[in-house]
Amino acid sequence: MKISTRTEGDICILCVEEARIDAASALAFKEGVRSAAAEAPPMVILDLQQVTFIDSSGLGAIVAILKHVTPDRKLVLAGLTPAVQRVFELTRMDKVFALFPTLDAALGTCGA
Amino acid sequence: MDRDHGVRDALARLLMALGPLNLGAEERNTVELVLAEVLNNILEHAYPGIGPLGTVRISVEARSNGLHISVLDDGAPMPDGQAPLGTAQDLNMAIPDLPEGGFGWFLIRDLAKDVQYRRVAGHNQLDLRLAIALPRNH
Repeated sequence: MKISTRTEGDICILCVEEARIDAASALAFKEGVRSAAAEAPPMVILDLQQVTFIDSSGLGAIVAILKHVTPDRKLVLAGLTPAVQRVFELTRMDKVFALFPTLDAALGTCGA
Repeated sequence: MDRDHGVRDALARLLMALGPLNLGAEERNTVELVLAEVLNNILEHAYPGIGPLGTVRISVEARSNGLHISVLDDGAPMPDGQAPLGTAQDLNMAIPDLPEGGFGWFLIRDLAKDVQYRRVAGHNQLDLRLAIALPRNH
């Protein structure tokens, strides 16, 4: 699971460089994000622009990440593609997470 | 279907086979998402463990009211002889208490119609209908 990390001020941007967060990759995703976020500043943006498919396992893994970083860090999601946005809306998880259509929108609100 | 990437491969082959239907992006996602959940469930419950998998057979028939899909496997039967209800979960709670699972059957039942599970002659048969690829009335 390729996840790139960069920091801009007080914000850590984790970019998921995989097309799918699904049953086959959910565990690797969780482990990858956990270690990437371990030394992160208090605001973490998960950039999902390259992710074109998640299933319920992928959603569960993202929820697990939210639970893992809370309360030490705030997690927001950016760049959800239509198929990913759909899973969040169907399960009403779009009301639980802070979602931004683009990375710039997330950075703008989270104050880079 | 092997455990590591079997579901991904099956989904890719299925979507390719449905190419002639010229499904839109959202329709393709409906097929992929519902079948991903069904196949993941078979992997986890019908064929648990680490050994090789049994056979899973997927049939798709395009009819006037959508795609009729049947998924057959030779694995263990569903508990209580019925498919989970997949009821929507209350998410109005503190973050540490949020559920990480239980979304699969919710998605199947939300996106598919006429979901029916039967145990027939040692096989599991799950039938469902996706209201997509509907013939257009001009």
